[in-house]
Amino acid sequence: MIELQNVRKSYDGGKTFAVSDVSFRVRRGELLGLIGESGCGKTSTLKMINRLEQPSSGEILVNGENVRQQNAEQLRRNIGYVFQGIGLFPHYTVAENVCTVPELLAWPPSAVLERCRVVLELVGLAPAQFADRFPSQLSGGQQQRVGVARALAAQPELVLMDEPFGALDPITRADLQEEFKSIQRQLELTVIMVTHDMTEALLMADRIAVMNQGKVLQIGSPTELLNAPSDPYVRKLIEMPKRRADRLDQILDADSHRAERHD
Amino acid sequence: MLTATGRNDMTENLAEQLALLPEYFRGHLALTLIALVIGMVISIPLGVWAAQAPRVKRPLLTLVSIIQTFPSVAILALVVAMLGGRIGSLPAIIALVLYSMLPIVRNTVTGLENVAEEVVTAARGIGMSPRQILTKVRIPLALPVIIAGIRTAAVWTVGLATLSTLVGASSFGNYIFTGLQTRNLLAVTVGSLAAACMAVILDSLIGGIQWLAANRNTGAQTARYRAVKVLIMIGLTSVLVVSGYSLLPDRKVDLVIGGKGFTEQYIVAGAVEEVLQEAGFTTEQRLGLGSEVVFQATANNTIDVYLEYSGTVWSNLMNREDNPGREAVMSEVEAYLAAEHGMANLARLGFQNLYALAMRREQAERLGIRSISDLKPFAEGLVAGGDLEFFGRPEWISLRDTYRIDFAEKLTFDTTLMYTAIAEEQVDVIAAYTTDGRVAEFDLVILEDPLNAIPPYDGFLAVSGDAMDNRLFVETLSALAGKISDEVMRNANRLVDVENRPVTDGVRYIREALTE
Repeated sequence: MIELQNVRKSYDGGKTFAVSDVSFRVRRGELLGLIGESGCGKTSTLKMINRLEQPSSGEILVNGENVRQQNAEQLRRNIGYVFQGIGLFPHYTVAENVCTVPELLAWPPSAVLERCRVVLELVGLAPAQFADRFPSQLSGGQQQRVGVARALAAQPELVLMDEPFGALDPITRADLQEEFKSIQRQLELTVIMVTHDMTEALLMADRIAVMNQGKVLQIGSPTELLNAPSDPYVRKLIEMPKRRADRLDQILDADSHRAERHD
Repeated sequence: MLTATGRNDMTENLAEQLALLPEYFRGHLALTLIALVIGMVISIPLGVWAAQAPRVKRPLLTLVSIIQTFPSVAILALVVAMLGGRIGSLPAIIALVLYSMLPIVRNTVTGLENVAEEVVTAARGIGMSPRQILTKVRIPLALPVIIAGIRTAAVWTVGLATLSTLVGASSFGNYIFTGLQTRNLLAVTVGSLAAACMAVILDSLIGGIQWLAANRNTGAQTARYRAVKVLIMIGLTSVLVVSGYSLLPDRKVDLVIGGKGFTEQYIVAGAVEEVLQEAGFTTEQRLGLGSEVVFQATANNTIDVYLEYSGTVWSNLMNREDNPGREAVMSEVEAYLAAEHGMANLARLGFQNLYALAMRREQAERLGIRSISDLKPFAEGLVAGGDLEFFGRPEWISLRDTYRIDFAEKLTFDTTLMYTAIAEEQVDVIAAYTTDGRVAEFDLVILEDPLNAIPPYDGFLAVSGDAMDNRLFVETLSALAGKISDEVMRNANRLVDVENRPVTDGVRYIREALTE
């Protein structure tokens, strides 16, 4: 579905590389987590896929076609994008935000309206209640639901997500992660999701690519990463959620022992 | 008794001023709205362009800021000059448009630049073209800021439109400038209040639109939003109706009478207008114009007749410094006007309005002084007073060098204070205007100038080339030749300047002198 071949990106004419020699493939219907700390090149990699950035060298193929040879705007309209800061248009209603891409693609108005209703329901927002509201009248979680609905409105096969749930409170984040995962399975979406949260990546991704200093260190399923980290940095990243989970187990164990003694 | 008369005068004066309101209101509103609309049409696209092109932005903003720093009167004068002396609405509108540009261009640029980066990125990311990003995202989001710029421009334009009077476009400025010159504070007040009201109304109206634009997302459903919307709609409709009326073309008149901005000019223009109307002409006045402006407008036939002085043409236009005597100056001026500008002297009225030395009658008689030559032996012991520019003008230099005269002290005053100073014996000699009503009021004598040190300032009716072809017009006005003496002019000026009577009283006084 997507293939990156030796992609490099330099912002200073070749002195340093924000992305260097990145190659990977994402299969149809797969959710790839792209993880690393700020400045590791994960967002640049994502932006090169829909040509928000131009690679300095290397090729990117979507459905076997080189993105370089496609009109950037047409390409973007066919790829869903969920933005880091949500990026809803504050002067558009929820419905107008969601319909933006189908309208850019000149769908017939009746199809646009119907699609808007369907995707709003898909992301758990009752159209009657939310369609005419403005983003400023929504909570952070509701806003990001609209962001997801907008990305899915034109029925893309491929969705790019840039730290989509980063700004949300933990409970809302967990809800949205689960719901999005089930939507992704249901629609068989191919997704590349940038995140710096390893727990999120482990819970949502089919495969995870760990990036550091512009390079992909390891790419594999959550189990592969947990059991066989190939690099000290990957090990360190994976240790954190593991230690937390262990600690949580200990607390729960201790509680149940105490409860037993009281009986 | 006195109070009752005072109140009646006041009521009469107010009625006279209010009668002028529709005309000035029309003129002022039309100038403001036309300039504002043209300003928007030019400035918003410029601002959009500058926001997209960093290379354009800095020079453009600098340019519109520099325009703003030009004194407004200078811009008006320059525009008139660039249009080849054309006066009226066109130069006024051009100047107002130039002034309206800064706030609109600046706010357009700022508004577009301050649209949140993440929103613009999102627009790119979902596949909007640069043009779509501009029209669907950036401009709508910048709208409240752009409207705020238009609002600032509107208030400035209403204020500056008062200056249009100086280039012959009617506005509330007519009240202000006429009032200042003829000491009619009521007229100044009416004009200022009217302009302030117009500014406040436009400001609230555009402010309302700005509020609607800023709250269209969150407020659209509230009762308050709907109420404001209805109010704005009503306001806009009334402005549109009223401006439709303002933009109706002026009725065509036969003759246009011009004038500069001081009392004598208003009075003579008024008298000339009455005489012409009695001869059956329809007329219109364009008064309070700058010296240069009224001359140019007559040279290009926009104005048909106005009161000019031989010495003004002699020194300001012909750049002459010598003084061959009153008759010689007049005939050379006539030749110059005809040859260079196709204009003519239709009637030399008889009075001169020139700088002259004046003394208290009592002191002059005691010292036996009648002319500047007589004054010379006493001068070193006397204190002289002049207006703010007199002691730097060619007239004083010429006096000093011709008579080899100088005073113990030379003080400068505001004109009004200068007369008080001589009345209270703080100074002994002043540089007065020969036709100033206060010369009579304070019982001063004008000293003769036997050596012709000061160039003559014969008042005459300067007439455009086109008007000279109109026989009835020429006959009617040439009858005024020699009819207004120094004394008549001085007394008429005195009615207005000293006794605070309306200009119409001065006109009536002159008319009586004409029929004698």
